[in-house]
Amino acid sequence: MLWSLSWKNVWRNKLRSVVVIVAVTLGVFAGVFLIAFSQGMVDNRIQTIIRTEISHIQIHQPGFQANNDFSLRINNADSIVHIVAGTKHVVAVCKRIVISSLVASAETNTGVKIMGVVPGEEMKVTNINDKIIEGSYFGTQGRNEVVIGEKLAEKLKVGLHKKVIITLQDVNMNITSGAFRVIGIYQTDNDLFDESTLFVRYSDICRLTGLHGTEAHEIAILLDNNKNTPFVEKELQRKLPNLDIQNWTQISPEAGYLVSAMNQYLMIFILVILLALGFGIINTMLMVILERVKEIGMLMAVGMSKAKIFFMIMLETVYLSLTGGVVGILIGYFLCKHLETVGLNLYFWKDVYASFGYSSLIYPKIGLQMVMLITLMVVITGVLASLYPAYKALKLNPAEATRTE
Amino acid sequence: MNIIEIKGVFKTYDIKTMPVQALNGIDLTFQEGEFASIVGPSGSGKTTLLNILGGLDEPTEGVVFIDWKNITTLSERKKTLFRMKNIGFVFQSFNLIPVLTVKENIEFIMQLQGISKEIREKRTLELLNSVGLMEKMNNRPNKLSGGQQQRVAVARALASKPKFILADEPTANLDSKSTENLLEIMEKLNKEENITFIFSTHDARVMKKARRIITIEDGKVMKDELQERQQS
Repeated sequence: MLWSLSWKNVWRNKLRSVVVIVAVTLGVFAGVFLIAFSQGMVDNRIQTIIRTEISHIQIHQPGFQANNDFSLRINNADSIVHIVAGTKHVVAVCKRIVISSLVASAETNTGVKIMGVVPGEEMKVTNINDKIIEGSYFGTQGRNEVVIGEKLAEKLKVGLHKKVIITLQDVNMNITSGAFRVIGIYQTDNDLFDESTLFVRYSDICRLTGLHGTEAHEIAILLDNNKNTPFVEKELQRKLPNLDIQNWTQISPEAGYLVSAMNQYLMIFILVILLALGFGIINTMLMVILERVKEIGMLMAVGMSKAKIFFMIMLETVYLSLTGGVVGILIGYFLCKHLETVGLNLYFWKDVYASFGYSSLIYPKIGLQMVMLITLMVVITGVLASLYPAYKALKLNPAEATRTE
Repeated sequence: MNIIEIKGVFKTYDIKTMPVQALNGIDLTFQEGEFASIVGPSGSGKTTLLNILGGLDEPTEGVVFIDWKNITTLSERKKTLFRMKNIGFVFQSFNLIPVLTVKENIEFIMQLQGISKEIREKRTLELLNSVGLMEKMNNRPNKLSGGQQQRVAVARALASKPKFILADEPTANLDSKSTENLLEIMEKLNKEENITFIFSTHDARVMKKARRIITIEDGKVMKDELQERQQS
């Protein structure tokens, strides 16, 4: 009885209820969309970090990560690669020489991080080869070729097939340099990465620095699923106790913080939206109570208990918020599901996004669990928003209320 | 048999810290099946007396027994339950629930009482028939005239089979024809179902129909007289 009475009461003043429902719909839709949008952005950034910049796990000599010390090399890199490749959940492994160095063009020079990679292995771990916008990635043949980021190319004012000089330290701590020809220019979603990272062949860098072909500064590992990172990390720590095994959140702590911080920000955002909606609903329900003083007085007089009156008002508030909430959630959910497939291209802000390392093509993502959580939060908002108006109703004196004009 | 007994009831309101004596020592009894009218000028205490009789207000002093039960000592919760089971209310401005149909308005109290659907339906149809609104049962109150709405209110008050009905100026918002019609229905129900009706009123037409007239002035019973029922 109370359920249907409350529902009918919601529609007493259709215009007012529709205004509140539309406000809740818009608020909840904004919340759902923002969550999905941010989640898509974060996922995309993490995907970039894993697939383009870091991979899931990296192995170094202890201390290498602190200052990229050239002398801190893994000597038996190939056997380590072999051990890692035999570990469960590992999809691909590659070794790298990583040197902080100076690169110069005819016009200018700048400091960069040189990645000496074995192209065939590297392509299985990272996807720089898919990010080439001019020229090509390393082929099977070739010598002293370099693949650079678009931002670095702009900075050095070099184009395809131009020469750059790489100056670095060799194994004997002497300064050495070599001329490399630009064969490819890549562009990722991270301007900073593009401006500071340069790829050369492993064999070329070994020759230039005098390193043996079995040494590496870094071993990068791609897994079948990010969920398996802790397991593989532990497994490798057990197998390779003398080496530094780090996952992507340790190598790029800001990315790890991004995930947890973003969730917190989103929750705060949703709470702010719901708080604002809650006050709107309280205001509406107070008006409702004021308009129905006489009727509530009558209900009390004829024997409706305070608990039932409270429940009736609470139900009306929950119906009001839940109707708008469900509509907002459904619109948001289906729009986000559609955009999850086709993507939302904010190309006009491409440069802004890239400067922060984000793609301007965003695939909003929302799970059912989040939808359920938002629905629950809307219901809780409705219940909380009903408390004060219901309290006001319960404070009415039936004798006075029934005679109110 | 006495169903209501009021002993030494005083009621004082504090209005802006000024005490106002609304009832000043009322002693009354009502018997089952009475058709009584409480009359008096505005501010004489009619409504206050009715509110105290209905357990909607507390006397400052004195006791009210309904069916030998002292309702002034009941807790708020028990009093609400007591009202639901024992007292029917008819208000001056009908106070029907606008979102419910005539039938649903009548059924409402029975639903509160937890009466089964079958019995509810039967009782509602009986009452609709008694108040002559069978054909309006699916209408909302806003589609009814004032007189029709008050007849629904009477049917609603009777739905819970109360021991008595308190009607606070039930004809104040009605025209003469509707008043006549309503009084006839209440008189009929009083006779047929032996329901006790207690009105507060200014209306001479109601007074004419009443078999007992209690006149109150300044919170005191000035006259309490029986009269022959007038034929309409």
